[in-house]
Amino acid sequence: MPATTRPPPIGEILAAADQVVLGKSRQTRLALCCLLARGHLLIEDLPGVGKTTLAHTLARLLGFRFARVQFTSDMLPADILGVSILDRERSNFRFLPGPIFTQVLLADEINRATPKTQSALLEAMEEGQVTTEGETRPLPEPFFVIATQNPSSQIGTFPLPESQLDRFLLRIELGYPDHHAERSLLESGGRREQLPALTARLAAGDFAALQLQAAAVHASPALLDYLQQLVEASRNDPRLLHGLSPRAALSLLAAARAWAFTDGRGMVLPEDVQAVLPAVARHRLRLVSGSHPAAEDITALMRSVPLV
Amino acid sequence: MAKAVKAAAKPGTRPAVPLEHGAVPWLLAVALATAGPHFGHLPWWLSALVGGALCWRAWLWQQRRQLPPRWTLALLVIGTIAAVGWQFRTLLGKDAGVALLVIFMALKPMEMNKRRDALVVIMLGYFLLLTHYLYSQSIPTGLWLLVAITLLTATLIRLHGGAQPVATVARHAGLLLAQALPFMLILYLLFPRVSGPLWGLPQDAYSGLSGLSDQMAPGSISRLVQSGAIAFRSRFVGDLPDQSDLYWRGPVFDDYDGLTWRTSKPPGKAPPQAPTIAAGSPPQAYTSILEAHNRRWLLALDVPTRLPPDSSLAPTLEALAREPVRVRSRFSFASSVAYRANVDETPAILQQALALPPRINPRSRALAAGWASRPPREIAAAALAMFHDEDFHYTLQPPLLGPNAMDDFLFDSRRGFCEHYASAFVFLMRAAGVPARVVAGYQGGELNPVDGYLNVRQSDAHAWAEIWIAGEGWLRFDPTVAVAPSRIEQGIVAALPAGESLPMVIRIDSDWLRELRNRWEAANNTWNQWVLGYNPQRQREVLSRFGWREPDWRSMTASLAVLCGVALLLVALWTLPRRRAVDPAQRAWQKYCAQLARRGISRVQWEGPVAFAHRVARERPELAALTGEAAALYAALRYGRSDQNAAGTLRLLQECIDRLPPRRRRNA
Repeated sequence: MPATTRPPPIGEILAAADQVVLGKSRQTRLALCCLLARGHLLIEDLPGVGKTTLAHTLARLLGFRFARVQFTSDMLPADILGVSILDRERSNFRFLPGPIFTQVLLADEINRATPKTQSALLEAMEEGQVTTEGETRPLPEPFFVIATQNPSSQIGTFPLPESQLDRFLLRIELGYPDHHAERSLLESGGRREQLPALTARLAAGDFAALQLQAAAVHASPALLDYLQQLVEASRNDPRLLHGLSPRAALSLLAAARAWAFTDGRGMVLPEDVQAVLPAVARHRLRLVSGSHPAAEDITALMRSVPLV
Repeated sequence: MAKAVKAAAKPGTRPAVPLEHGAVPWLLAVALATAGPHFGHLPWWLSALVGGALCWRAWLWQQRRQLPPRWTLALLVIGTIAAVGWQFRTLLGKDAGVALLVIFMALKPMEMNKRRDALVVIMLGYFLLLTHYLYSQSIPTGLWLLVAITLLTATLIRLHGGAQPVATVARHAGLLLAQALPFMLILYLLFPRVSGPLWGLPQDAYSGLSGLSDQMAPGSISRLVQSGAIAFRSRFVGDLPDQSDLYWRGPVFDDYDGLTWRTSKPPGKAPPQAPTIAAGSPPQAYTSILEAHNRRWLLALDVPTRLPPDSSLAPTLEALAREPVRVRSRFSFASSVAYRANVDETPAILQQALALPPRINPRSRALAAGWASRPPREIAAAALAMFHDEDFHYTLQPPLLGPNAMDDFLFDSRRGFCEHYASAFVFLMRAAGVPARVVAGYQGGELNPVDGYLNVRQSDAHAWAEIWIAGEGWLRFDPTVAVAPSRIEQGIVAALPAGESLPMVIRIDSDWLRELRNRWEAANNTWNQWVLGYNPQRQREVLSRFGWREPDWRSMTASLAVLCGVALLLVALWTLPRRRAVDPAQRAWQKYCAQLARRGISRVQWEGPVAFAHRVARERPELAALTGEAAALYAALRYGRSDQNAAGTLRLLQECIDRLPPRRRRNA
């Protein structure tokens, strides 16, 4: 019997986040699912809709160290990873770790950086470690990147190539707040001030346990059938240039598990897959016209696969 | 979602779907592919108008401009329809009707900015395709229509499926047409055939046919020879007769007015006497496929001893059909190349075979008068010797002749084609007192090794002479042989000087081109016989080959229906997604959902159980609790870990169906 009550820490974290990031509970939940599924998150939207607030809030609520890097086109890999400098007293090189040595890294406007810098970050994301000057240093555990992109100003940017987009488990859009949320925002002032007041809801190591639980959510053969049908439909859809890769299918399953877990359910339902599908698929697929599919395209894809 | 809201806002009306920009080139291609092949027989200004309109539309598309205003289009439509009416003097009939359809096809894209308009263009395109068969039913036409119908279908797919690669659309369209193929074949083979066309063709339908005419003036055959078109094809059961025996008899001309040879009207009302024939060689059987030429003569090999049904032998020995040959037809004959015919000829015919117009051609008459005392054979020999020994030339471009045409030809120009030699010979014979007449027809033919048919072309058209000798009957004399023996032995190409203009198709030097032509003509022949000539008789032949002896239209229609049903079933089995094995939990859930559907709320195909339960809770609160329970049970059964209590859970789910409240009446 599926319970609709969330596991206590999850419900608490989401409720607290909703107090800060107003009217975005779905996106907040997706972002949390992304971290529960050990994935990195890409947020694409206009400036000022609360991307940074969302990232920062989550980091604080989960009790993670947080660092933010504003990407620019003159940024070098060393600006993120860190540099070795000569220590005159000891006459040797000392490594000054860059901002990447944190638990939650907010990479703001990642598409402003040059491909070289982008790839340095994305490599670190994939490997969970940083190699500079022949020395490999592990990144803290857990390590999440929440990257943001501004979709409207494309001048002077380096759009992330397909292979690097694939490293982000989910991509979400925030959008404008609704009428009520915006009114309470205006009435109570900006949200940044509340951030320092947020306290961690998790003890160290708790999150790792939650991740393990999320990964253990049951996916029945019928559910896997459905997921495979969805993936196959994406491969046969004539409007799409290419379909979802096996890695994308794995990501879809992991995200759906996390989504089911945040619902307090021990099994994945097709509804969970449907809920995370747009966030998993949109940045991985391309329409024949070359652009990423709109949310309606993914809905149409989803509706083309019948459920019994 | 937004679309649904909009649609809901205006009940009863569906918002017109705008036409996608990327679909316009497809539709313009459709217009060009369906209207384009008509350019050949449309008035030039109409073709120019259609081309201009399509280019204009393409430019508007490329520049993303507004379409022209309605009143411009209205003026354009009225103007062009008036012009068509003026050009054809009517708006009815084949040509004017097709012209109107083509105009619609060219102008409809001008106001095409909704999907609805595009659908009109496509339907018009399918219809316009049919009209091509009113003009041509050849293989290239068939192939082109296949391409065009694929394009039309692909455009339809493109319109509904949105932007996608051309290859995908084409594959889809090809697949659809391939699925239609079995039905096409079944309908083709079994649909009861009627002889002749299903609808009456307009009077002008046969005016364009070429072939021998019912009269012969200088130049009429040499004009015909300019065509490489096939007049008929023959296949002999046994060996082919000698090339020099291949005289295919057409009209016989015995009435000369000084310029033109005609067939004389039978004198009086007495029934014509049947010809008497004594064959001098074994009959050779053959089948001819005669192209339509709108005349009655069947062009049998001289002289036919066995005739096909519905035909007869004229007193002048040519085989005649009962009706003019208006469609390509098959006829079977047997002929003997050596024969004696009409040894006892009626006096009226002999008298006609001596008649000459008075006074003209005095020099020729004088020449013939000098031979008159000799026996007929020697007279003929003298004339032939004159053609052979003196400076006579065989040419397609003889000089013009004056009022005394025979004198001019025999004594001055001495250049002519077969009709000149035949008519001069007959004139001399008659002037010398020997009954003589001109026979027109074809001589020779070329064997196509690919299918074994002897192709006889318009370029093989020929005219020769016959004289009647008492006790021997009518004897053939071909004066052309005396001038240019190679015409009979090797054909016209060898006989004419190199500079003379002849159709390319018969002047082929290279072997592979000739091979190509032979194969193409053999393919055409098969097409003619099996596709165009698939008449009731052929249908019976084919069905009897499948062991069906006496098909009547009732049993044929019945088997047509049965076979189409079977084919439909097969295609359906192949295309419909195979019904997946449904487990008891699925069955119970489906049953529950069906019960809910009867109560006015149905699960959408892609809706998961919990999502559906939430929707039910929103829309039909009275069913919320039970549906929530059923959905949870089903989800646990299908998506949960399998446990020992599955049977119990299933029972609970099945009980939910029974626990549903009874249905309310709709208007209660």
